[in-house]
Amino acid sequence: MAQNGSKVTRRQFLTYTLTGVGGFMAATLISPMVNFAIDPVLKKSGAGDKVKVISLDEITTEPQRVDYKKQTQDAWYEFEETLSAWVFKDESGEIIALSPICTHLGCQVGYGGDPTRPTEFFCPCHFGRYEKDGTNIPGTPPTAPLARYEKEEKDGFLYLGSPVAQL
Amino acid sequence: MLQKIYDWVDERVDITPLWRDIADHEVPEHVNPAHHFSAFVYCFGGLTFFTIVIQILSGMFLTMYYVPDIINAHASVYYLQNEIAHGQIVRGMHHWGASVAIVMLFLHTLRVFFTGSYKKPRELNWVVGVLLFFVVLALGLTGYLLPWDMKALFATKVTLQIAESVPVIGGIAKTLLAGGEIVGARTLTNFFAIHVFFLPAALFGLLGAHFLMIRKQGVSGPL
Repeated sequence: MAQNGSKVTRRQFLTYTLTGVGGFMAATLISPMVNFAIDPVLKKSGAGDKVKVISLDEITTEPQRVDYKKQTQDAWYEFEETLSAWVFKDESGEIIALSPICTHLGCQVGYGGDPTRPTEFFCPCHFGRYEKDGTNIPGTPPTAPLARYEKEEKDGFLYLGSPVAQL
Repeated sequence: MLQKIYDWVDERVDITPLWRDIADHEVPEHVNPAHHFSAFVYCFGGLTFFTIVIQILSGMFLTMYYVPDIINAHASVYYLQNEIAHGQIVRGMHHWGASVAIVMLFLHTLRVFFTGSYKKPRELNWVVGVLLFFVVLALGLTGYLLPWDMKALFATKVTLQIAESVPVIGGIAKTLLAGGEIVGARTLTNFFAIHVFFLPAALFGLLGAHFLMIRKQGVSGPL
């Protein structure tokens, strides 16, 4: 349109200024709304408090399923979430709390869920299997060990926090 | 790049005449504020549409967080306004925009009235405009209940009493609007559905007719 590089035609000038100003106005309107919509991604999830779960005396070397309740805040809605953990002591006497969520696709695993393999965790959805310590057995669907809960032993009780993925 | 994409599409579907029809038209001198500053009164229709576009956009985003339920409605509004990034701005746009839309609409109506633009052949467009006025008022009224605070509750009780005062059908109208005997759970879901689905649908249809007619008939002549 311009005869040479230094000249801008009247039409070009108007096109650029009008699209520029229009774009700025549109951006002013839209950007708060976009920010509003993508807020869940921008918010960092707070590490939850640890919850009292079970008396230390009750923990044996045999994994047992412990169901417990945790006060959870979901946006404006507050409720008691029911969670479970598989809790036991390993050979060295250390307490281990495994998450029952299968690392394959998120079903619930059970200890001894497969009667022919009583010392393994078993996932009924795709026959995923884990050792007693949560290590996934090669050749079955899961590709990672079961997550372990953050734990704390205090005043004779076991307290559990969020599950931590084991890689 | 953009030009190439446009050309590619245009070569196949011939879209140029479509937007030329909409965008390319003379603005008569008597409605151009650059010629006569007093012609700014002709902007109110466009400004009404602009505020309504803001209402539609901000409303769409608010619905991502709002829930029309008597237990959670107020909590969700409080949450989206105070806990979500720019929640105050987005809700503010919708809140203040509602008033601005009605003010602009009123000014637009006054301009059309005092320039006599409703006269033949534009009577039908005046009728559609009045229907639009009712739809926008109804949008304001139904939206007023949704935050579910005390102001919303008691304003809606008054509204329902006004509806009830209509002869013969008043009682039925009130029960239908409230969805029962009291202003409660059914009233809130009712007003929500009317506010976000039924009235916007009517609004789009009427706006389409309004714009089609003004393009077909052109802006009325100078005084």
